[in-house]
Amino acid sequence: MQFPLTEEHRLIQETARNFADNEIAPVADRHNREGSFPLELVKRLGELGFMGMLVPEQYGGTGLGNLPLVVALEEVNRVDASTGVTMSVQNSLVCAPIVHFANETLKQKYLPKLASGAFLGAYALSEPGSGSDAAGLVSSAVKDGDSYVLNGTKNFITTGAEADIVVAMVRTDPNHKTRGITAFILEKGWKGFSVGKKEEKLGLRSSSTVQLVFEDLRVPAANIVGELGLGFKIAMHTLDGGRIGIAAQAVGIAQACLDASVKYAEEREAFNQPIGRFQAVQFKLANMATKLEAARLLVYNAARLKDEGQPHGKEAAMAKLFASEMSNEAAREAVQIHGGAGYLEDFPVERYFRDARITEIYEGTSEIQRIVIARHLLKGLR
Amino acid sequence: MKIVVLVKSVPDTESKIKIAADGVSIDPAGVKFVMNPYDEFAVEEGLRIKERLKDDTTVVAVSMGPERGVEVLRTALAMGADDAIHVSDPAFEGGDAQANARVLAAVIKPLAADLILGGKQAIDFDAAQTCPAIAEYLEIPQALIVTELKLSDDKKTATARRRVEGGDELVELSLPALVTCEKGLNEPRYASLPGIMKAKKKEIKKVGLADSGLTAEQVGAAGSKSKVVKFHNLPERPAVKMIPGDAATQAKELVRLLREEAKVL
Repeated sequence: MQFPLTEEHRLIQETARNFADNEIAPVADRHNREGSFPLELVKRLGELGFMGMLVPEQYGGTGLGNLPLVVALEEVNRVDASTGVTMSVQNSLVCAPIVHFANETLKQKYLPKLASGAFLGAYALSEPGSGSDAAGLVSSAVKDGDSYVLNGTKNFITTGAEADIVVAMVRTDPNHKTRGITAFILEKGWKGFSVGKKEEKLGLRSSSTVQLVFEDLRVPAANIVGELGLGFKIAMHTLDGGRIGIAAQAVGIAQACLDASVKYAEEREAFNQPIGRFQAVQFKLANMATKLEAARLLVYNAARLKDEGQPHGKEAAMAKLFASEMSNEAAREAVQIHGGAGYLEDFPVERYFRDARITEIYEGTSEIQRIVIARHLLKGLR
Repeated sequence: MKIVVLVKSVPDTESKIKIAADGVSIDPAGVKFVMNPYDEFAVEEGLRIKERLKDDTTVVAVSMGPERGVEVLRTALAMGADDAIHVSDPAFEGGDAQANARVLAAVIKPLAADLILGGKQAIDFDAAQTCPAIAEYLEIPQALIVTELKLSDDKKTATARRRVEGGDELVELSLPALVTCEKGLNEPRYASLPGIMKAKKKEIKKVGLADSGLTAEQVGAAGSKSKVVKFHNLPERPAVKMIPGDAATQAKELVRLLREEAKVL
């Protein structure tokens, strides 16, 4: 089955593909080697509308929805997963919770700038002591008049160093584990907000991952997203959507692995013939392409369900689980097809192999996805 | 002003082209079609003129050909063109550049365009004839393969820079005029997402034989004085012969081969 992409989807795909191939691909290797954040490219993605795909038109976005978003994300991730995750976080983890949960004032204040890429955003949930156990977070907010005073540390924050604003989950009530968490919008320049350690990573080396430190950071109560105590619910709802974006990232990386492998199999000769004539290589390519197509359809379907307002938690988890594991298998096979060359920086599959790994970990590990799926199946046990 | 930009759907340069069973056409199966790259310069130039003038200037994209022409028109609209016209009719099939130019000129004429922009050539058949022929049918001046275009303040003339052997040539044209665009004229924009959404709401006007005011004898294969007889694939590159031995032996053997096998000495 060819998933029905509309004419509009095709144009979005074409723009994303052309921008990825012409603008991002030529500099991706350099940025990844240097570990430098491609700020100019990210800003240009914003100008073209790629940062506000989930933001309604009245707030400066296009409101196109999740299916067009994953179509575009696949193209960007196909050439550079670092730029891809920056785009995914901005759309799904920063804009989306503001669209769904924030009041009108906050929407007016922040969404137009986020949708145009004038502002970059980050999503801060994980802490040094809490990852998968998100509700175990201990950073705190204490009410003081019309504001809250925040203290704590956030870990592994994507785009954290460049972000103009941060959607942060902080504990406002120590007596309730999940209902004691509140989402705040923080601004970079505020006193008590600082960027801590920049992490050196296996992959995604030109995306920014940092620690954020809050020291007596005063936040107006007006900057609460939704209402007091709603933070955990917002965090989980947001991650359901973010997962679809990461699944699209995994599909993009796998497509890059397949493209590079097909090219290599046609060009590289061994035993006096192109290695693509060997069934051992053909079967690898056939498996890669088949699983890739299956993953892509899972991603499209989860995105479609979300756009239609249907339950999609299970499908998003399935898409993320399958696509991320598929992507790592594709990256492993791509390196194998390249042989020794695949282990070298000179060939792109070396980067794809390192970049694919994180898709099994962030925005919910594969283990967490299985738990989510199983909970949907075993409703009778609750 | 009214600016007409001519856009054509052509196979992507990276597509592998296969000759169809009839021997006189390309098999479209599996071929990705895109806007002719030189036409992108034309669309961009039209949009830049409109943006510079900031008046009621409109840019109309016109494409002739099969149904896939709609896709490049949609791309032109997404880039920012105001209107689009798809020129298509079974009677138009098999036309040579001159017959197609006759149709396009007939469609463009009532639009009363001040400026007609096209690519310097289409990268499929590389004839580079349709645009100049349109100018001839419309009896307006033309400048081809242009790398810079300036309008006079009164919008009555345009100055076009053309690259010629050893230098540049500046040509002044009275408007209306036709200009074909060369790489270097500008940097075409990407269709933005808001642009794509606006394009979705715009209608693409269909124009066929009846609307053109021409007869079936004037268009398509019937109206053509030339026709494609056959396409040939390029001959496969013969195997490369490596000559072994030290430099002296190699040189000697090379001379012998050039004389006896290649017969070029």
